[in-house]
Amino acid sequence: MSNPNMTRDLSADLVKLYRANAHVLADNTGEILNMQRQDALEDFMRLGVPDIKNEDYKYTRIEDYLKGNYDVEFTNDPFKVNLREIFKCDIPELDTHVVLVMNGFYYHDNNLSDLPEGIIVCGLNEASVRYPEIFRQHYGRYARTANDGLIALNTLFAHDGVFVYVPEGQRLDRPLQVINLSFSFRNLRITRRNLIITGDNATCNIILCDHTLSAHSYVTNSLTEVYAGKNARFDFSRMQNENSISSQITHTFIHQEENSVVSSNTISLHGGLIRNNFYSRLNGTGCENNVYGLFLGDDNQHIANYTLINHATPNSTSNQLFKGILDDNATGAFNGKIYVSRNAQKTIAYQKNNNLLLSPTARMNSKPHLEIYADDVKCSHGATIGRLDNEAMFYLRSRGISEKEARQLLMYAFADEIIGKIQVSLLRDRIIDMVDKRLRGELACCSNCDLRFG
Amino acid sequence: MLNIKDLHISIEGREIIKGIDLEVKAGEVHAIMGPNGSGKSTLASALAGRELLEITKGHVTYLGEDLLDMSTEDRAKKGLFLGFQYPVEIPGVSLVNFMKTAVNEQRKFHGLEPISASDFLKLMREKQDLVGLHTKLTNRSVNEGFSGGEKKRNEIFQMAMLNPKLAILDETDSGLDIDALKIVANGVNKLRTKDNATIIITHYQRLLDYIIPDYVHVLYKGKIVKSSGKELALELEEKGYDWIREESK
Ligand SMILES: Nc1ncnc2c1ncn2[C@@H]1O[C@H](COP(=O)(O)OP(=O)(O)O)[C@@H](O)[C@H]1O
Ligand SMILES: [Mg+2]
Repeated sequence: MSNPNMTRDLSADLVKLYRANAHVLADNTGEILNMQRQDALEDFMRLGVPDIKNEDYKYTRIEDYLKGNYDVEFTNDPFKVNLREIFKCDIPELDTHVVLVMNGFYYHDNNLSDLPEGIIVCGLNEASVRYPEIFRQHYGRYARTANDGLIALNTLFAHDGVFVYVPEGQRLDRPLQVINLSFSFRNLRITRRNLIITGDNATCNIILCDHTLSAHSYVTNSLTEVYAGKNARFDFSRMQNENSISSQITHTFIHQEENSVVSSNTISLHGGLIRNNFYSRLNGTGCENNVYGLFLGDDNQHIANYTLINHATPNSTSNQLFKGILDDNATGAFNGKIYVSRNAQKTIAYQKNNNLLLSPTARMNSKPHLEIYADDVKCSHGATIGRLDNEAMFYLRSRGISEKEARQLLMYAFADEIIGKIQVSLLRDRIIDMVDKRLRGELACCSNCDLRFG
Repeated sequence: MLNIKDLHISIEGREIIKGIDLEVKAGEVHAIMGPNGSGKSTLASALAGRELLEITKGHVTYLGEDLLDMSTEDRAKKGLFLGFQYPVEIPGVSLVNFMKTAVNEQRKFHGLEPISASDFLKLMREKQDLVGLHTKLTNRSVNEGFSGGEKKRNEIFQMAMLNPKLAILDETDSGLDIDALKIVANGVNKLRTKDNATIIITHYQRLLDYIIPDYVHVLYKGKIVKSSGKELALELEEKGYDWIREESK
């Protein structure tokens, strides 16, 4: 199991894979994407896939999930399937602008005719060619490849994803729903890369759903860079719902300018491995940054959340709240960092991680990390790992509620704090429903998906 | 209705109830009194099915069935209700949802359809009035942020919603002022019929000014040391528990 050479072998294989396909990538992607590959390659060769000796990954044996035989699609083959036929999201009343992304490629037939003027939503690769100025300004600026091999790996293989641009003062009238689909006849390694730019005084709300549509194993490395200009409002909800043999690593970089407010809410419903890294940089004064997450694990799933909230300027507030429910042999980790630089006076930074273990074999590691160099700050962190409250169970059951239903009520009550923070009310109702089903051990796939996860 | 024979209960190996016999018939009101720590709550929660407690000896039949064999929820569905001395706060579980689930579980047990939303609201309002629980209950979690008095009223409210055959009220009077006490007593009296029974646990006699018991029992150090008519409550009030302590030496 712990072969010390394993991550090295895996890293070497990935480098080989890149070298063999570098020309295909170069031929099919824009110049700006390609310009960053050389640095990414050097960084990746130096860093490799992180092993558990890496403090940030010590609870997650990432190499166990990344190794193995996987195909990679380097080019955007015209889909042999009509996505509209195989995938119908059953939240029509959600009233969103919908775009589909298939195996990391922006779907060619997304219908966005009714976007407000001036707002751009398109494929990442297309954007790198059509809007080079704005693209160059932001692409790869927030996701630094020098510190984490997986970030370098994403930049190395980046080929497509979603690009969103909401210019200064503009407002996206309805949420944009990005549906990432994984569908193939073989196991697949997928790279996704998104860039979201919310200009000064602009408002944008994005819902991201991940689905595996066939019972193959997918290893996805997904990276999203978000820029929020002065006074911008950006709200981001993410629903992760993949099959048990798939692994998903996400990196979310948020860069905030003065008085901007950014919230993200990540609901990890299902997946073999889910590893989410959140990086926020509060680069202007008066920012508010909220990072929320709910994760539900059972079986042998592993769900890890990592945060690094960087207060670089004074007078900003950040809130982190992560809650997890783990059953069976599921394992979880929370590794949360708050960094307050010397001049970031009057910083308020909170962090909380609460976990509920339902079985004696479920395990959770929670590790806060505060690095504070300013003296006038208010920071707090707290973590709890507990079990269902026996007194509450007895109380509920003494009113005739079955043990199963009482557990359900208590688990749901635990999760409710996070779900309540989702701002789009129809999405919230939908998530309430999905979390409820998930906690009952019923299939958590959207019920109208014609293809369900294996 | 309820028949307790030589019941012994231990907590973590320590015997708390040391052999109790008690018979409660339909239509009766029994009061169990006794100083703190004598085992009143232990007895009450054992009857409701608390798992932490170990029944080391004895039998209990309820409506002709072996009570100790039933799960907590089945006891409740068959009409046994415990009003908690310390109602539990359950953040995140809405009281309305909780009551609806409880009412429907009971209805299902009796082969009835789930209650309609409008009937449920009507029932809630009616029972809230009955017990003087005028707090707006929507959007509130079970007992969370309730004052001591509200919690006790909430217990009686739940009792009224579930309409039990046998209600065991564990110190429902403590923490209530005299007006609240009257309202609670009034609620209990209104729910009293010839088919149901009530066990009132208290260590003051004042509640018994408003709810007249048929029998009064004194529980002391895990045993019923005295049983008599309602006049025993008055005697206790007059002489205090020291009198019992003296007598049971
Ligand atoms: N959960 C518990 N664990 C250990 N001992 C307990 C517990 N609950 C009650 N006891 C003990 O049992 C005895 C009886 O308590 P209780 O039934 O609460 O008395 P009462 O209700 O008459 O005041 C006391 O000595 C108390 O300390
Ligand atoms: Mg007591």
